[in-house]
Amino acid sequence: MSVVDFTPEQIERYARHILLKEVGGAGQRRLLESSALVVGAGGLGSPIIQYLAAAGIGHLGIADGDAVELSNLQRQTVHGMSDLGRPKAVSAAEFVRGINPDCAVEAIAERLTAANTRDLVPRFDVVLDGSDNFPTRFLIADACWLEGVPLISGAVLRFQGQLMAVLPDGASPCYRCFVPEPPPPGIVPTCREAGILGAVVGVIGTLQAVEALNLLLGLGASLARELLIYEASECSFTKVRRARDPQCPLCGENPTLTDVAEHEARCEVAAEGPEQWRGE
Amino acid sequence: MAADRETTAAEVDLTGQVCPMTFVHAKLQLDRLAPGEAITLILRSGEQIRNVPRSLRDEGHRIEAVRKEGETYRLLVRRGE
Repeated sequence: MSVVDFTPEQIERYARHILLKEVGGAGQRRLLESSALVVGAGGLGSPIIQYLAAAGIGHLGIADGDAVELSNLQRQTVHGMSDLGRPKAVSAAEFVRGINPDCAVEAIAERLTAANTRDLVPRFDVVLDGSDNFPTRFLIADACWLEGVPLISGAVLRFQGQLMAVLPDGASPCYRCFVPEPPPPGIVPTCREAGILGAVVGVIGTLQAVEALNLLLGLGASLARELLIYEASECSFTKVRRARDPQCPLCGENPTLTDVAEHEARCEVAAEGPEQWRGE
Repeated sequence: MAADRETTAAEVDLTGQVCPMTFVHAKLQLDRLAPGEAITLILRSGEQIRNVPRSLRDEGHRIEAVRKEGETYRLLVRRGE
């Protein structure tokens, strides 16, 4: 696609991107030729989906096996009253079609498993994880690492949110350098059990979208070696360094995890985990 | 040959645009050129001539000649590296 291929409508639609020195027509073309997989069309997924679709990501995959419930509408802003009971992936895909026809959206209305994840992940340039359970988080993180696909992972609970990027670049830490194994069940509550200030998902999900856009534009992923912690009660942002673990089971000197299928058996835990890393 | 008499392969009339779209279109036109190639842009007096040349220079392009013709301006712009 060359600049002559922008339609007049696209020039007008993406004018605010094209104006940016760091983006320009070339950057917008990159976005239109990029693909992103969003895991979870819920709290985190909503702002991710909104902003990636608006930015003109050419191909957006949305994976979610759940249906829309009333309690979702407190924060899951791509869904509406008329979507109650409908598959979230389908509802979110319709939202995308309503704002940007340049974004070819693919609704994957099924749970991610070892069988489908490793085939799905390599079809995309980047994966954004907004899932709400540890088995899915580890499945996605392992698949992204093994397939060499960058991962932007976000998590929220109560008044806190966290965000990191995992780049399979041979130097940056992987997800398991930070959380080596799923935590035992019963240790950490879910948002369903402990609650979440709704707008916190907007903060973290939007930051995930920004990180993905920076990556796709070739501007780098600033959180490849850090964890960003947001504390909503005081509006503070803290960055913590993440180091590569030489003993990491996935990316260490002697990795023991070489296949996604193995992990699922170990990940048969309830949807709970350390308070520092929960989904939604 | 005086710079302001150089003719360019492309001449683009941007007088019908409203800022900031003027610069958006100017920028996209410059994108089509190879580094060092030149284009003639036609701008209106007022906001266009006040804003666009500065924005083009900020992008690294060179304004080599400006010629006023009535209420419009013809800019010879060379794409930067």
